Amino acid sequence: MSGFAKPLKIALGLIVIAGLIVVPMNFNRYGLFILSQWAVMTIAAMGLNLTLGYAGQVSLAQGAFVGIGAYASAIMTTHGWPLPVAIVVAIVLAFAVGRVLGYPALRVQHHYLAFVTLAFSTLAFLVFRNESWLTGGIYGISNIPRPHFFGIATNKPLPFYYVCLGSLAIVSIAVWWLIRSPWGRAFMALRENPLRAQSLGIDTRRYTLMAFALGSALGGVAGALYAPLTQYIDPVPFNLSLSLDLLMMVIVGGAGFYFGPFLGAMIAVLLPEWLRFTEGYYLMLYAIAVMALLIWSPTGILGILDRYLAERRTRAASALRAVAKSWLETAQ
Amino acid sequence: MSNLFDLLVAGLATGAIYALVAVGFTLLWQTSQTINFAQGEFVMLPAFLMLAAMHAGAPFWLAIILGILLSMILLGLAFKILLVDPMMRHGVLPLAIATMALAIGIKEAVKQFFSAEASPFPSVVPTGDISILGHAVSLQSIGVLLVAILAVFGLTTLLNRTSLGHQMQAAAQNPTVARIIGVPVERMILLTFLINAFLVALASLLITPIYLAKFSSGEVLGQAAFIAAIVGGFNQVRGAIAGGLLIGVLDNLAAAYVSTQYRAAVPMIFLIVVILFRPQGLLGRAEERTV
Repeated sequence: MSGFAKPLKIALGLIVIAGLIVVPMNFNRYGLFILSQWAVMTIAAMGLNLTLGYAGQVSLAQGAFVGIGAYASAIMTTHGWPLPVAIVVAIVLAFAVGRVLGYPALRVQHHYLAFVTLAFSTLAFLVFRNESWLTGGIYGISNIPRPHFFGIATNKPLPFYYVCLGSLAIVSIAVWWLIRSPWGRAFMALRENPLRAQSLGIDTRRYTLMAFALGSALGGVAGALYAPLTQYIDPVPFNLSLSLDLLMMVIVGGAGFYFGPFLGAMIAVLLPEWLRFTEGYYLMLYAIAVMALLIWSPTGILGILDRYLAERRTRAASALRAVAKSWLETAQ
Repeated sequence: MSNLFDLLVAGLATGAIYALVAVGFTLLWQTSQTINFAQGEFVMLPAFLMLAAMHAGAPFWLAIILGILLSMILLGLAFKILLVDPMMRHGVLPLAIATMALAIGIKEAVKQFFSAEASPFPSVVPTGDISILGHAVSLQSIGVLLVAILAVFGLTTLLNRTSLGHQMQAAAQNPTVARIIGVPVERMILLTFLINAFLVALASLLITPIYLAKFSSGEVLGQAAFIAAIVGGFNQVRGAIAGGLLIGVLDNLAAAYVSTQYRAAVPMIFLIVVILFRPQGLLGRAEERTV
C-alpha cells in the first residue's frame, strides 16, 4: 500500500469509515444483519491472520474459538450478565484454550499442525452438541439479549450494527498497534525463519504460543458478538466448515496483509449475497470465483495490488536511474 | 463375543474403503504436494455420475464403466490441468484452499443438478448373509473387503514390481534427478492423478450402496480418509492402508463401546496423539517421500 501518497491514503480511509457509518442508515433489517456479520467475521479473520498470516502457524480451529466465545457470551448474557463482561470472559477463555492449542505447534508444523487443529475443531463441535446441560445441545440457546449502552437499547438492527462496527474499530486499532510493535516483528520473524529468529534471541516458544492465544482471543471476541447478533445459537454454525471458511477469508483476502481479512470477509459474506439472484447457483458461482481468484493470484486480492505496486516502483526506480545516468553522462 | 466379531468385520470393510480413499490422498501429496480437501466429494461424485448414466438408460455395468471413465477425466485430468498445475508452484496453502472451494462447488453442483435428497444405489456385491465359523457375516462386507484388497494389491504391485511404478516412485522422491535420468515426471504426476480418480470411483461404487448417494456424504468420508492417511503415515501407501483399516475398526468399536454421541471423538483423539508422539505416522519414516 506504500505506493500511495499518505494524505491520499488517509482520505481514502476516512471515506470508507464514513461510508460504513452513513450508508447503512437506510438499509433494511437483512442488509444490516449481513453487514454486521461481515464486521464480526472480519474480527475472527483478523485473529486468524495474526496466527497464520503474520506468525505462520496454520490453524483450522478458528471456528471453534468463535463457538467458544459465542457460547460464553450466550450463557452469561441469558443469565443476566452484561455483554462487556461476557466479552472479557470470552477473550480470557479463548486466550487460555488457544494457548493450550499452541503447544502442538511447538512439536509439529504445517500440514500436521493443520490436522491437529482440525481434530480440535471437531472435538469442540462435539462438546457443543453433546454437553446439553451447558450448551442446550442441538436445541441451542435462544432469546439471547442485546445489550444496553449508556441507556441506549441496541435491540434494533441499526444500533447493534454500530456495536459490531465499533468493536471492529477497536480490534483493528489494537491489531494495527500489535503488528507494528516488537511483538508483530517477532511474529513475522517466526514466520520467515524460526531458526534465525531464535538465534537473534527471540523466544520462539513463547511467541508461538502467543500467536495462537492472541489469534484465538479475537475469535472469542467475534463469537461473543455473534451470539447477540443472531440472538439464537446452536452447534451447527461452529462446525469445521466455519474454520475452513475463515481460513478461506484470510487466504483470499491476502494472508499477512493488514487489510486482507476485511476484503476476505467481504468476499465470503457479501459475495454469496450478491449472487443470490442466481438462486440455486449462487454457492457454485462463489466456489468458482474463489478458485479463479486463487489461480490468478495465489497470494489473494491484496497480492494482486502488491504485485502491481512493486512493478510500478521498479519502473519508477529504473526511470530515475536512467535520468541520473544521462545526467552523469552529460556532466562529464 | 459374536458382537465383537461382527463389529470387526464391519469395521474392516469400511476401513478398506477408507484405505482406498486415503491411498489416493497420499499419492497426490507425494507427487504434487496437493492436500486435497475435496477428496470426500471426489468419492461422492462418481456415484452420481453412475446414477445419471443409469437414468439416461444405460445398464448398470455400462454405467459403472462410464462413471469410472468420467471421473478419471473430471477428477483426474481436469482437476490436475485446471486447478493443480497453475497453483502448484505457489505452495501448499493456496492450493489447499482452492480444493476447499472445489469441495463446495462439487457439493452444490450435485445438489442443484441432481437432487438434495439421498438416492438409493444398487449394490455390486450380492446382499445377504453367509455363515463363517458359526457367525452370520454379510456378503456385502466380504465383497467390499475383497474388492478393496484386490485394488490395493494391484496398486502395490504396480508401484513396486513394474518399471512404470519405479518411475513414479522416482518422480515422487526426487523430481530433479528423475528428470535427469529420463523419467517423464509430468506424465508420472498425471498418472497418479488418474490413479487417484480411479480409486475414488471404486470407493464410491463400494460405499454408496451402504450409505446412499447424497451430496453431503463426502464430508465424513473425506475426514476419515485424512485421519487414516496421517495416522498410518502421510508418506507411505502401506501406512495409508493400515491407517484406513485401523480407523474403520476403531470407528465401529467406538460406536458400540464408547457412546454414539462421542464416537467421532475417538479417531480425532487418536489422531492428535499420533501426530504429537509419532508425527511421521505409525508406519511412516520421518521426512522421506515414497509412493
